[in-house]
Amino acid sequence: MEKRGIGMGIENSVPIKMVDYIINWSRKNSLFPVTFGLACCALEMMVASSAEYDIARFGAEVFRPSPRQSDLMIVAGTLTKKMAPMVKRIYEQMPNPKWVIAFGACASSGGIFRSYSVVQGVDQILPVDVYIPGCPPRPEALLKGLMELQKKIQKETIKDRPLITLPGKTA
Amino acid sequence: MSEKNKLFEKLSENFGDRILETVLSFGEPVVTIHKKDVREILFFLKNDTELSFDMLVDLFGIDYPEEEPRFEIVYILRSVKSNGKVTVKTRTGEDGMDTVSDLWKAADWLEREIYDMFGVKFADHPDLRRIYTDDDFEGHPLRKDFPLEGRDYDKPFTVTLEEERRK
Repeated sequence: MEKRGIGMGIENSVPIKMVDYIINWSRKNSLFPVTFGLACCALEMMVASSAEYDIARFGAEVFRPSPRQSDLMIVAGTLTKKMAPMVKRIYEQMPNPKWVIAFGACASSGGIFRSYSVVQGVDQILPVDVYIPGCPPRPEALLKGLMELQKKIQKETIKDRPLITLPGKTA
Repeated sequence: MSEKNKLFEKLSENFGDRILETVLSFGEPVVTIHKKDVREILFFLKNDTELSFDMLVDLFGIDYPEEEPRFEIVYILRSVKSNGKVTVKTRTGEDGMDTVSDLWKAADWLEREIYDMFGVKFADHPDLRRIYTDDDFEGHPLRKDFPLEGRDYDKPFTVTLEEERRK
């Protein structure tokens, strides 16, 4: 059967690769994290945005107060089951394209809280891109995780993350 | 010391045998009463002009699974006016007891905490819901027979938002 449009193989052609490169470059260098912290890891996240560590060097310094203006969610801290619906709602309110960093042991796996009240890793409710271990991780670890996320974004194609996403669709 | 004895005297004057036990523990007065007298005696402690225990510092439960009745409910009262302090203890089973949330507003959430953690119901409480755990949680975590890690902490956890549920 004859393939048409994007299925024809043009996504591997040179122009699309160039478009991918430019879009990914602009996406990865201006990540807007949502202002959001759950526990002590959030303090390390705040320090990462201070003058000492300066997350602005990687283009992610604009912590937006509204999820509707952000495209990166740094889940910093213990996610309790009581808090889980609110966190999921914040994620759903973020426009596409969006990425998630699980910051710290608790967000990655539940950490020391092997307990009835704690979600054993935010990947149970959100699609996580980068896991950062540590209890809590140092701000350098967040910068490293951010750089890994940038590498990951650079490898994406607009086939997987379209330029325009209609309301109600997920990327 | 004299003031604390005055507290014991006042209580035995007004309630007699209904005060089950009075002890000075580390210099602080501890009063044990029956749960059916809780409202009356605490109302007296709060509204007596001399004692005037106007502040509920803490209200919590203790589980003694071998004993009957099983739960001990402890009220810690302070008086801003007379600088007094008193601990009031009572025992109750799962069947519950009376609320004091109309005497001290602080008791509202503290009683919800006891209901959440021990399953003790408070009659006439304005809004007796779980406060710490999620709404569809089963069991009462601070009971001694509750497993340490909970029953299904390692099962996959999913969240369904309200708007998804409506679809």
